[in-house]
Amino acid sequence: MRILLILMASLMIMLSHQALASSVETYQFSNPDYEVRFQELNKILRCPKCQNQNLADSNSMISQDLRREVHRLMEEGRSDEQIMEFMVMRYGDFVLYKPKVDSVTYFLWYGPIGFGVLGLLILMVIVMRQRKKRVLVSSEEERGEHLSEKEQQALDKILANNDR
Amino acid sequence: MKRLVLFVPLILFMVLGAFLYKGLFLNPKAMPSALEGQPMPEFKLLTVKQGDRVVTKSDLKGDYYLLNVWATWCGGCKVEHPYLLDIARSGVPIYGVNYKDSLENASQWLQSYKDPYQFSVFDVNGELGLNLGVYGAPETFVVDHKGIIRLRYAGIVDTNAWRVKLKPLIDQIKREIAQEKTS
Repeated sequence: MRILLILMASLMIMLSHQALASSVETYQFSNPDYEVRFQELNKILRCPKCQNQNLADSNSMISQDLRREVHRLMEEGRSDEQIMEFMVMRYGDFVLYKPKVDSVTYFLWYGPIGFGVLGLLILMVIVMRQRKKRVLVSSEEERGEHLSEKEQQALDKILANNDR
Repeated sequence: MKRLVLFVPLILFMVLGAFLYKGLFLNPKAMPSALEGQPMPEFKLLTVKQGDRVVTKSDLKGDYYLLNVWATWCGGCKVEHPYLLDIARSGVPIYGVNYKDSLENASQWLQSYKDPYQFSVFDVNGELGLNLGVYGAPETFVVDHKGIIRLRYAGIVDTNAWRVKLKPLIDQIKREIAQEKTS
């Protein structure tokens, strides 16, 4: 049993290594910081061909090209912003996983907050109304003014009718 | 008034429903091209058939032209090829971009299936492709008389695509040229 487990574990490790090796080319970086930035950029840039994979995740031809390009631009000394701009110029906003804040995406960014505020406002109005009603009722109770004299007479009449 | 307020949830539901219903028919693969309205990018590359000849953007001549990105590894390109031959025969200049391919395969292809292109740029590393925002093949660009990319069409240019998308645009470019000449 134990041997089987060990075998399975080592098989898994082997397979996972294979998967990693096939999707990531090795790049030389002139600056160790570049490597960290490279990995970060590959995570936030989206593969244009794939529906939902980032560059780091995808092994498609275009992702390989774009990774190479990210590496090249980085070695040229471009900043992250410049590299993202370079990609957006060619592939549109689609390549950014995190949409930019502009007039098209205001609703996307601030809509949820707006809805939250609207909900709170509605809730507040409802609570205030309820409270007002309760205050009204309790003050009536204190004054013993539930019914006017006329109403009381009408009620008595109905009750008397019922008794019969 | 109170009554009307009761309809608010229904109206909200209907608005939301309409949006979601519309979403059912959107194509998630349709990607707006960042290059439409931008000038055709510069390049300096060899061609498939003409040996040492180096071509640049200035070699793309014509009042307007199609730029077709193709490769021998691309299945759709084979389907598209006869349509391109037809379009070229009708007098529209087509330039090819042979995208990430081998020279041998590409020239073999042009020999056996005939060549609709004025010439095909040999873009083995996909540099021009990258600057065009190409992420696959086939893709077809319509470039106007000012060198501006007017349309990027990702997919097979068949009779339908030609009639609905490309032809009307080319006609419009022709009209614009005529207008500018008279004014």
